[in-house]
Amino acid sequence: MIKLVNISKEYRNGVTALYDINIEIQKGEFVFLVGSSGAGKSTLIKMLLKEEGITRGRMYLDGADITRVPNRRIPYIRRKVGVVFQDFRLLPNKTVYENVAFAMEIIGAKPREIRRRVPLILSMVDLSRKASSFPDQLSGGEQQRVSIARSIVNNPPVLIADEPTGNLDPDTAEEIMKVLVDINNRGTTIVMATHARDIVNKMKKRVIALEDGRLVRDEEKGGYSIEIPNI
Amino acid sequence: MGIASITSISAVLMILGVVLILVLSINNAVLDTKLKFDEVEVFLVDELPNQSMDRIEETVREHPGVISIIFRSKEQALEIMKEEWADEAYLLEGLETNPLPDSYIIKVNDIEYADVLVNDVKTLDGVEEVKYYKDVIDKLLIFAGYIQFGGILIIGILVFISVFIISNTIKITVSSRRREINIMKYVGATNGYIRGPFIMEGIFLGMIGALISIVIVYFGYQYFYKSMNEKLYDLFTFYLVDPKLIFADLAIMFGTIGSGIGALGSLVSLKRFLNV
Repeated sequence: MIKLVNISKEYRNGVTALYDINIEIQKGEFVFLVGSSGAGKSTLIKMLLKEEGITRGRMYLDGADITRVPNRRIPYIRRKVGVVFQDFRLLPNKTVYENVAFAMEIIGAKPREIRRRVPLILSMVDLSRKASSFPDQLSGGEQQRVSIARSIVNNPPVLIADEPTGNLDPDTAEEIMKVLVDINNRGTTIVMATHARDIVNKMKKRVIALEDGRLVRDEEKGGYSIEIPNI
Repeated sequence: MGIASITSISAVLMILGVVLILVLSINNAVLDTKLKFDEVEVFLVDELPNQSMDRIEETVREHPGVISIIFRSKEQALEIMKEEWADEAYLLEGLETNPLPDSYIIKVNDIEYADVLVNDVKTLDGVEEVKYYKDVIDKLLIFAGYIQFGGILIIGILVFISVFIISNTIKITVSSRRREINIMKYVGATNGYIRGPFIMEGIFLGMIGALISIVIVYFGYQYFYKSMNEKLYDLFTFYLVDPKLIFADLAIMFGTIGSGIGALGSLVSLKRFLNV
């Protein structure tokens, strides 16, 4: 589903953010992307979203080479990648329903289709009762669920979550993880960048670790850090 | 916020209107003048023998483009002058001898091509002077040309400034919708989809500006026309162009240019402030 081959990113001022990254993620996988700040996680995500260009190497999404793509095609690539942010990024003047429907309107979905699908997605994230509420009337966890709902309403094959639990307390964070696992079980490939040590350790999914722009670990059923056996 | 945009568009269009009316009126005047000054006057030496007069008439009639040639005696000339002078005609009563010459009035179909005729006639025996108004018309045409050029230049500059002002005005809307636009981009909205509403806003502002200026220009000009037209004719012998004739074209032009400036301003704003 996602393939990075010898990906490097160098900024114009000479700073190299990523060195020779090779990653292959299959459809339906759940992958954690870990590493300290500045390790290159954000850069990697930006490149997947075509926000940043690729200096060297090739990148593939769902079989297609998206290394170099003309500007007018970028929106269409982004429609294949749902994204959830740490700060939710909801539209404050729209209700929960409208925030999710917005994503469908933008790609030109028919009103009937919108009316059918949005309630479905809202019930998936357990927010049916709050459909008419505004973001400022919701808790952090609820807002993030709206965000997630919006990101999957157009059924993208990939969902990228950039520190989705960063602004949430541990219990709420767990709830959100349940939602994400549920989505993953339905077939969506998920890449989650995170600092949440406990979550990563608990879930035992594939872990890709970056350090100073390099890939230092790619482990199935990994933990947040390399486990050092007790001596 | 919108006021600044509408005002600047209105200003551009009003000046455009004034320049346009000026240009149209001057063009009218030039045409009028060409029609009126279609005569060449050949002044004759006094007591010219018939033979010479016949020579002159022949030469003239042979020229293409000559419509008619009429002899005007010095007595007739004096009468005409008395009529033209009207109230001051009494000044002419005291003349002992008639200072005016005999002349031939030659009507040509286009004064622009009278040069050859004039040159041929000038050298004939008995011709004192040949008078025609081509130089006047040429000067008018040059003058009209300058006005047109100047007008277009001014309008070009104003349009440029207008687009700039509007792009800054719309910047405020654009900035305040920055969040929304960012989300749109993440969700995969095309640039066209994002631009749409802003361009509509620009066009809307443009049309309002056009409406205001067409109303002001039309009624302003109507008033000016009613009060000044006769006076201008007395002074410069030309008429202003009739407001009713140009209203429809002016309205369409204003609407188009106004919307154009509005839309362009939006596009520039989006490009500059959001890179959309």
